[in-house]
Amino acid sequence: MIVPNTMEQSALFTYTLRLADDLLILSQRLGEWCGHGPILEEDIALTNRALDHLGEARNLLTYAGQVEGKGRSEDDLAYLRMERQFTNVKLMEQPNGDYAHTMVRSFLFDAYHLPLMQALQKSTDEQLAAIAGKAVKEATYHLRASSEWIIRFGDGTEESHQRAQAALDNLWTYTGELFESDAVLEEMTKAGVAPEIAAIKANWSKTVDQVLAEATLKRPADGFMMTGGRKGLHSEHMGFILAEMQHVTRAYPGVAW
Amino acid sequence: MTDVKNLEDIFQAKIDAEQKIEPKDWMPDAYRKNLIRQISQHAHSEVVGMLPEGNWITRAPSLKRKAILLAKVQDEAGHGLYLYSAVETMGVSREQTIDDLLSGKAKYSSIFNYPTLTWADIGAIGWLVDGAAIMNQVMLCRTSYGPYARAMVRICKEESFHQRQGYEIMAVLAKGTPGQKEMAQDALNRWWWPSLMMFGPTDANSPHSAQSMKWKIKRQSNDELRQIFIDRTVQQAEVIGLTIPDPDLKWNEETKHYDWGTIDWTEFNNVVAGNGPCNKERLAARNKAHNEGAWVREAAVAYAAKKAKRKAA
Repeated sequence: MIVPNTMEQSALFTYTLRLADDLLILSQRLGEWCGHGPILEEDIALTNRALDHLGEARNLLTYAGQVEGKGRSEDDLAYLRMERQFTNVKLMEQPNGDYAHTMVRSFLFDAYHLPLMQALQKSTDEQLAAIAGKAVKEATYHLRASSEWIIRFGDGTEESHQRAQAALDNLWTYTGELFESDAVLEEMTKAGVAPEIAAIKANWSKTVDQVLAEATLKRPADGFMMTGGRKGLHSEHMGFILAEMQHVTRAYPGVAW
Repeated sequence: MTDVKNLEDIFQAKIDAEQKIEPKDWMPDAYRKNLIRQISQHAHSEVVGMLPEGNWITRAPSLKRKAILLAKVQDEAGHGLYLYSAVETMGVSREQTIDDLLSGKAKYSSIFNYPTLTWADIGAIGWLVDGAAIMNQVMLCRTSYGPYARAMVRICKEESFHQRQGYEIMAVLAKGTPGQKEMAQDALNRWWWPSLMMFGPTDANSPHSAQSMKWKIKRQSNDELRQIFIDRTVQQAEVIGLTIPDPDLKWNEETKHYDWGTIDWTEFNNVVAGNGPCNKERLAARNKAHNEGAWVREAAVAYAAKKAKRKAA
């Protein structure tokens, strides 16, 4: 059974890496806000969000390295891969924009991340189930906080409503990628490692509808959906994110920090 | 007049008896003013201090360091919050206090007008800047104004953690490759003297100090605290093999303290006057965040009002 086992291992590595990359890149973007938030409480909340995502990403990267079996650490995977090897969805690498864009981006992700983590707790892969178990609490809080902001923006002032709607309209095209399936995901779902993505999408869609209705915001139509992130085909933003994130580490190869 | 005099006597007697002054207690106007100035400056320092450190979050060289730095800068924001609340107990709103920062009227610690140029600066700030701040803050845990003293107890716990983390960054760099050690030494060279300036003017040139000591807002003089900091830090530098950039530094067997060189007070005054390397950038960054956040705060207020109205209906 060596061959199928290896194939499954490779799919598990890719699947874990995708989960990790989404969180790592979103955390990197959120970290840019630190010290520049609209009010001190939000500065703290955003930093906390960045920290939670980073913590989960680190657990996943460490595990991905173990699954791969080539001795790569969390830092090797974060700092020494190039753009084409990153597998996050493009939504995560989108610039922060105004606070509406940042919050809508997080909301669209949180509404996906929470049901995913809830379902992943029942994964046949014990390690992923354990990581998800830890993440659920945080993900619940993240979704509550971002939903509250979407509602405040939508039902706040005219300006905040317009900004939130604009952010939603701009970012909607990046949501399709969250629910894409391919051979890796199919294999992981068959093995009981990954949950059915259709169920996650249904859950996401319901949350989005509920929150947008309360916010008096309009759900954009499902038009053209961006794709490519899972295959390492990113937007031009990605190279700059990595240049910033990796430059010190790459300038001093192989040292301890 | 006799009444006020009596009140002042009662106030001073309380302080002399080591009792805390609480928000509702009578206090001399000058005491109140002095504390509002000091606590708000302290609050602003925490918030402006987030900028030079936040500058390295996206570039931290390992994920562990990135997580530690995120948590640290988040702590500073929390300290800012406690301290703005402490100012509010004296009857000045947070908005007013922050407006004074944004307009350039209020001061903050000048140390944050220096740039963080390399990763080692994050180590140096934790080790030296937080280290120097702790000297002051440990003293302030026993300051006479209750809310300030209590905020400080919490802040000190976190700050001493930050100081150890900063020192550890420096220790790792100092025993790393020659390039890393050079980075650490360069950071120490740049941050050493500004850190000593953090304790403020010499006692001879510190006009408010005597009154602050009498009111037990301060309990140790600038020069005393500076000397304790130097004595401790010189030894810490030796342990990790870094050199303090002061050719006059020498152990004095008689005083049991280190003798050391002279602070460049011209530089100090210049930075305080607004001519430091980053004064303009720091204030611009705070103003930008405040202005760009205006619609967010307005939305929150508008929504809360709508919600309250609906609830009442």
